[in-house]
Order: sequence, then C-alpha cells, then structure tokens
Amino acid sequence: MAPAVFLLLVWMLVPLCMTLWFSLRDYRPLRGGDLGFVGLENFARFVSSSSFWPAVLTTVLIVGGVLLVSIIFGVLLAMLLDQPMWGQGIVRILVIAPFFVMPTVSALVWKNMFMDPTNGVFAHIWRAFGADPVVWLTDVPILSLILIISWQWLPFATLILLTAFQSLDSEQLEAAEMDGANPLARFFFIALPHLSRAITIVILIQTIFLLAVFAEIFVTTGGAFGTRTLTYLIYQRVLESQNVGLGSAGGVYAIILANIVALFLMRIVGKNLDR
Amino acid sequence: MARAVTTQRKALNTAVAWTVGLLIFFPILWTVLTSFKTEAEAIANPPVILFFDWTLENYGVVQERSNYMRFLWNSVIIAGGSTLLGVLIAVPAAWSMAFVPSKRTKDILLWMLSTKMLPAVGVLYPIYLLCIQLGVLDNRVALVVILMLINLPIIVWMLYTYFREIPGEILEAARMDGAGLKEELLYVLTPMAVPGIASTILLNFILAWNEAFWTLNLTSVDAAPLTAFIASYSSPEGLFFAKLSAASTMAIAPILILGWFSQKQLVRGLTFGAVK
Repeated sequence: MAPAVFLLLVWMLVPLCMTLWFSLRDYRPLRGGDLGFVGLENFARFVSSSSFWPAVLTTVLIVGGVLLVSIIFGVLLAMLLDQPMWGQGIVRILVIAPFFVMPTVSALVWKNMFMDPTNGVFAHIWRAFGADPVVWLTDVPILSLILIISWQWLPFATLILLTAFQSLDSEQLEAAEMDGANPLARFFFIALPHLSRAITIVILIQTIFLLAVFAEIFVTTGGAFGTRTLTYLIYQRVLESQNVGLGSAGGVYAIILANIVALFLMRIVGKNLDR
Repeated sequence: MARAVTTQRKALNTAVAWTVGLLIFFPILWTVLTSFKTEAEAIANPPVILFFDWTLENYGVVQERSNYMRFLWNSVIIAGGSTLLGVLIAVPAAWSMAFVPSKRTKDILLWMLSTKMLPAVGVLYPIYLLCIQLGVLDNRVALVVILMLINLPIIVWMLYTYFREIPGEILEAARMDGAGLKEELLYVLTPMAVPGIASTILLNFILAWNEAFWTLNLTSVDAAPLTAFIASYSSPEGLFFAKLSAASTMAIAPILILGWFSQKQLVRGLTFGAVK
C-alpha cells in the first residue's frame, strides 16, 4: 500500500502547493513572468471581477439543472425499468449507452446534428409544426448545455437508482397495498424513503463531476453567451489570458468548494465502510 | 418479484420502456445512421431515416483528413497504459487493506477518495508547467501517468470492495490442507480475485478513454487521443454532418461495446461501494 499512498500524496501535494504559491504572486508568463509577491490581492480581484458572479450563477444553474433533471427522470426511469417487461436487458443498455459516449462527442453531436438552427433534427421538428427553429446555443445557451449534460448523466443516476430499487422489499409493498395504500402513497412513503440514500449519493457524486464540466463547454460555446462556469473561467484565466496568479486564486476557491461537497460524500461513504 | 402480473400490463410496460429507451438512445443511433449517408442526404429535409444509399465514403475521408488510426492508437495506449499501471500499483495496496486491515485503513481509503475530489482546473497550471519543464507536454507517457493518478483512487476502491468479499475462512481451509503462502496466493486467492480485477480494468479503461480535460489541455499533435481528434471537428467546414458522424462513430464504437459489459461495475466503481 505504501507506493500507492506515496504517489497520491505527491500527486496531491506538489501541484496544490504550487497553486497556493502562484495564487500569492503576480505571475504572467507572457508579460514579464513572475512580478513578485502580492499577498491576497489575487483572491480579492478574482471575486471582484465582473465575470465572477455571472460565472457563479451559470455554475449553479447548470449543476442544479442537471441534478434536477437527472434525479427526477432517473427515479421515473428506474421505476419503469424495474417493472416486468420483454427485452429488459436491451432497454437497459439503450438507456445506459449515453454514459459511455465521450464528452467531446456528445457535445458536438448535440450541437450540430440536433441544435443546428438550419439542419439540426430539432429545427426539422420545429418546422414540421410550423414554428421558427430555435437558435439553441445562442438563444438559450444554458438550457442547451443542461440538456446535453443531463443526457450524459441521466444514465448514471438511473443505474444507481435502479440498483437501489431492486433491493426494495416487495413484500413490504404488497403489505402496504393490502392495507389499502394507493400507488402514490406507496411511492412517497415506502419507495422514496428507501431511495433517499441512493439519491443523496447521486447528488454528491454528480455535483463533484458537474462542477468540473469542461469539454462540453469547450466544444460548444467556448464560454460565450454566458456559459462560462467557474471551472471555465479559471481555465481561461490560466491558459488563455495566461494570468496564472489570478487563475490560481480561482483554483484555490474551486478546491475549497469541491472539498465542502466532498466532506458530505465522505461521511456517507465512511459510514458505509463500518458495516 | 413474486407479484402476479397480467400480460396486458407487461405489454404496456414493454411499449413504454422501449419508447423511452429508444428516445434516449436516439442521438447515438442517429449519429451512426448519418455516418453512412452522403453529405446531401445528411441534411435533407425532411430527414431520411433508413432508405438512403448507404456509403462508407465518410469513413475513408475522415481517416484521410485526420489520420484516425494515430489518434485511436494514442487512445488505446493512454487508456490501456494508465489502467494497467494503475492496477499494478493498486492491487498490493487494496490487497493489504482488505486482508491485513489496520486501524488507519479506513482513514487512508477515505483520504485516497478525497484526492479524487481535487478539481482538475485548480491544479491545471502547475501540471502544465511541470510538463513543460520536464519536456513532456504532448507526450503519451506523461498522460499515462497523469490519468493513472487520477483514476488510482477508484481502482484501489473497487479492488478493495471486491477483495473484501473473499472470505477469510477459505484461506484457513487451504492452510489446513497444507497449502503454503505461495499455493495460497496462486491457487486460492488469485482465481477468486480475477473477476474483480477484470471488472476494475474494464471500468477504468472506459473512464480513461473518455477523459477530456487533461487530454485536451496537455496534448496537441503527437499524443492527442480521440477526445482531441473529435474536438478538432468543432469548427464546421461547409457540408460536414456525415463526416462528423463518421468521426464520432469511430471514436465511441470501441467503448460502447466495452460499456455493455460493465454496467454492474459502473455502480460499484463510481459509488465507491456505497450502493450495491
């Protein structure tokens, strides 16, 4: 176990210390390099820049939107897939398939083949109903991104919720049915509480991945039209405008944010280890 | 499920589930279909669904334009290399944590998990800079190592949950029958551990194949895998839906097939054993 621990320790500590170091300096590789120690100025400037709050809002909208869609539809889909039917295995594969599509591919396929305002599938559908096609990525950019990312993450939520559903005691449901509980009551008072742990885990794991969403924005809007998330903003500061000090300060914020989420996740996983 | 279900009910379930399933799968299906069309048919209005002249032309053009095979080879090396290297490092770690747990085992496992939560963008510049300093920007070996480190926590966790299911009694039984440490490892533990190791390799290969932050930011030409290959199609050049589809199909086909085999591992691997 020593080599694994050692490698991870180095992998975590070295870049982390470098980010912390850069965040305290005025460092611009293309404009004179390291211009010296500036204290916490980068941290203050990152937060007070005009693009900070919009980026926070975008991040919250995208993460929240995708979570909402994937949990609601994930529960419904899991319930559906748990029913007896013909060809269950194949349906399950169809539903899970999007998860295995690489992010750059799904973003490009959606952007061009579906959301293209002249030749996309959506444009065809809109025109078939006599409506003007929507210019998805410019008119409703955040909604479009939520749609694309939800499509990628719905399978994950569904699969985990389905696994949880399958451990639900059917006798309990039958007993409730005999006692006269209607389907809605059975869902809210038996199924949903049983799923609560799985839902919590889906929320926590997806939040960590969704906060880091990058490729989907990179190949669709490139951060334009108000789709710049915190992650993307930091990326632009660091690599595009090469303001490493400022970007590193943003990175430190991102690390703190991710750790807050991670703390809750660890608590749940840790509890599970004891059993 | 012990509940009696009428055939009618089952038929209804089947119809609804298949409709929803096909709807979700449609973008993939549509991409694959479009890849066999000509560019004119690809943007035809109304769209042609099945009855068009199937052609392989796009695949040829894509291979010629961007040398698909080189990207594919890079993807295979990066995903395969990082997974195998990761497993080699993780097996002893997971093994000792599962069979010789100490008081700190749980803390170490949770700490490993926490390294996975480190947002990549937070350490983008340091890694970028280190790669430049070491002269390994756009280098396959560097990506193998980086992706291995990113997935190492998941690999250790998955192996740990699998190894922990191997009952300790079976070792005692083998010992009673006179097995030494070598026989124990070779004939008792290894066969029982193989399925778990195989599932771990499968899931992590998929994760590494689809990784699109480091592969996009740390490669340009020599080491660029399929994620970067596809990103190069993000600026349209005239008629290109069919070619984009062909390129996309070529990038996802290998992994979709592997994905079919790894549904179960997905739950265990990505929830760190918290949902079974």
